[in-house]
Amino acid sequence: MIEALFFLFAAMAVGAAINVLVQKHVLYSALSLIVLLVSMSGLFILLNADFLAVINVIVYAGAIMVLFVFVIMLLNLPEDEDGADRMRWLKFLGIPMGLFLLFMILATLWNAGADAGVQAQMPGSPEAIGRSLFTDYLLPFEVTSLLILIALMGAVVFAKKEL
Amino acid sequence: MIPLNWFLTLSAVLFLIGMLGFFIKRNIIALLLSVEIMLNAVNLTFVAFSSRNGHVSGQVFVFFVLVVAAAEAAVGLALVIAMFRNRETLNVDRSNLLKW
Repeated sequence: MIEALFFLFAAMAVGAAINVLVQKHVLYSALSLIVLLVSMSGLFILLNADFLAVINVIVYAGAIMVLFVFVIMLLNLPEDEDGADRMRWLKFLGIPMGLFLLFMILATLWNAGADAGVQAQMPGSPEAIGRSLFTDYLLPFEVTSLLILIALMGAVVFAKKEL
Repeated sequence: MIPLNWFLTLSAVLFLIGMLGFFIKRNIIALLLSVEIMLNAVNLTFVAFSSRNGHVSGQVFVFFVLVVAAAEAAVGLALVIAMFRNRETLNVDRSNLLKW
């Protein structure tokens, strides 16, 4: 049963990710990415990370993707002019290299996962995450607020009328 | 109990799809979306290891990745707006003023 859910969410995620690439209009790509994020939340729940699943939907699919869709609609894009004809031969080099990289990543990750059989199954409750966030990771947490402040000011400056 | 390797395989495949998109797409918003795919693939790896090792640090790290992704999206989309206002295009091959 759990395995069936895993395959359902994995198929959704991979299909949505490929759909992001094949869509001509970028708005459909953004909407497909939302499907990817929702299926990613399902995978998080399968991993007992309930809090992150909820946060993923609220922050990613709710806030960041709304920003993307808003900008895409604001710009009122023309149809995608396909400029991919430049250096087309690189595709024949890129696909074997990409597959090679996939093979390397998989080899590394499979070896890493081999000895991780602790099966402790600690639930990722909000309490545990919050406790860790405000004790062990207090300094990164505070630095994060600085990062958000800088990003806020940067976005306002960049989007001004005359740059 | 789902084997850990399944999650890692899915994560690697998603990362490769995102990287492929980053290389073949020419629309700058599509490039940002590909970066989001890659970030999500890495998030899945963090959560999988965190859950299997019984340590919460991985999930805290995903939290930070979310924050950085939000900041990146805000600044990146502001840059997209500035680029579109000045150049009337989103094709990254067209914005080549600094190119040799």
